[in-house]
Amino acid sequence: MKIVAPRRWRPAGLLCVGLLLGALDGALAQAPAPVDPWPDLARDLFQGRAIANDDLVVLEAPVRAEDAAIVPMTLRLKAAGLRRATLVVDQNPMPMAAAFAFGETAGVTFISTRARVNSYTNVHAVGETGDGGLHAQVKFVKAAGGCSAPAVKNMDEAASHLGQMKYREFKSAESGHREAQIMIRHPNNSGMQMDQLTHLYIPAHYIDKVVVRQGEALIFSMEGGISLSEDPNFRFSYAPNGAKTISVEAHDTKGNVFKQQWPIGDAS
Amino acid sequence: MVRRIILSLVLALYYISPSAATEFKLEEIAPGVFAHPGRTALMDHENDGDIANLGAIVGNDAVAVIDTGGSLIEARAFIAALQQATSKPIRYVINTHAHPDHVFSNGAFVGQGVVFVGHKNLPRALAARGAFYLESFRAAMGDALDGVVIVGPSVTVETATTLDLGGRKITLQAWSAAHSDCDLTVLDEQTGTLFAGDLLFLRHVPIVDGSLLGFLDVAEELAKIPAARVVPGHGPLVAAWPKALDDERAYLTRLTADLRAAIKKGDTVADAASAAAQSEREKWRLFDNYNGRNATAGFAELEWETP
Repeated sequence: MKIVAPRRWRPAGLLCVGLLLGALDGALAQAPAPVDPWPDLARDLFQGRAIANDDLVVLEAPVRAEDAAIVPMTLRLKAAGLRRATLVVDQNPMPMAAAFAFGETAGVTFISTRARVNSYTNVHAVGETGDGGLHAQVKFVKAAGGCSAPAVKNMDEAASHLGQMKYREFKSAESGHREAQIMIRHPNNSGMQMDQLTHLYIPAHYIDKVVVRQGEALIFSMEGGISLSEDPNFRFSYAPNGAKTISVEAHDTKGNVFKQQWPIGDAS
Repeated sequence: MVRRIILSLVLALYYISPSAATEFKLEEIAPGVFAHPGRTALMDHENDGDIANLGAIVGNDAVAVIDTGGSLIEARAFIAALQQATSKPIRYVINTHAHPDHVFSNGAFVGQGVVFVGHKNLPRALAARGAFYLESFRAAMGDALDGVVIVGPSVTVETATTLDLGGRKITLQAWSAAHSDCDLTVLDEQTGTLFAGDLLFLRHVPIVDGSLLGFLDVAEELAKIPAARVVPGHGPLVAAWPKALDDERAYLTRLTADLRAAIKKGDTVADAASAAAQSEREKWRLFDNYNGRNATAGFAELEWETP
């Protein structure tokens, strides 16, 4: 037995309208939202100070987010005098993804992390030099399609390994530098979703501060929010100071403190 | 005869314009077991979100619906087709997981005596993603999204449960994180028909939105179910079992191996995502829409396993 029932009838005359609307939908989807939140964001985050658009901080972000929950982004610091760099996903509910501060002698030349991208959005990287000068780059990122969501994929797994960390070293492409990666298990829950059964909001629970040191010297610290992906992940280069250990201290919004340290290997 | 008339009408309009009218197919794939083939596409305004395979099992007393579809437009057509197929009332609406193409039509099935059933993690997944999905699909679906609400289950399945449709028992099984973290399968004991939900993709590239390694493990367990035939979540309606799993397992295995090699080498997630499993590209539809995403998520998962 095979049943064929009418699904939807569109009179032929209206079809053109339908197609046109479809095309318009497509066009809208290609453009950033009509209201640009950046002027307000820049004022709130940087107290309305002047921001130059140049290449002191280079932002690498994909043209299209493959996975809304994990969008790789890299900040390349092109001037030794940069002390801070902030990553902002303009259209996200909490746009400030990560504010990095670098140790004065840390020699960080890049830092890669992963962000959530909720919708079509501009992403800003804003660097700050020691004298307070601000330098920005912007990239437009298309939202991921299909059933991709900026949510945790495997919530039980994320919760059961809370605070676990991992450290890796890589061969650095730059002479005199080391390259390393710090990974922290954390769901980084936004807390903005309502539980459909209890009608209570799921409490926010995310990593809000990370400090990474070689010996006693700061490599970088980060203040972050829910726009950072679950299991916050940082890959970076730094100038070694001879210290034998690298250490991480991470704080989350429930007051948990996670600490770990590792011996620095002889990779160079 | 009526059917032929409708069909020719559909065809006549088809020649006027390919999208002037579309049909909703509901096939009886085994006695009392019905399935609807969704299109292999992304949800949009033109297809009304009708991209997932849907099912229904009819007992002496009642009907169990397996997934509802991606819009109220699709739901109305599904319900109309069901009413042609049987006069029995719908008692259960089972969602195989939380993705919009499977749950967006739920609202049309809400009514007295209708029980919504899902994995124990389904309410959590709908809470975390429901509002986002409603917002994010508006651009692609336009007014086809009108009226869609998120309806969660009133009965949840911890491990497994049996529902009685009147002289006909169906077994629901909840799985650990694989395609998603709320996958549920339905087995009709009488005909040995397995509704695999999105634990099985045919032709449509598999999507990993739960756990890559979990998906491989669950696929292995799934293969042990003594079914006579399977309805995948996406792809041709009926397939031989468990052979139907072969291509999916090959893809997931390739992806895992490529990602592990990339991680070992020290590649970045962005580089790995564009290279992994590309040897599988010709075998699948929508590969470019989902492979990069599978690889990105898989990379972030597998990164934790290497020393």
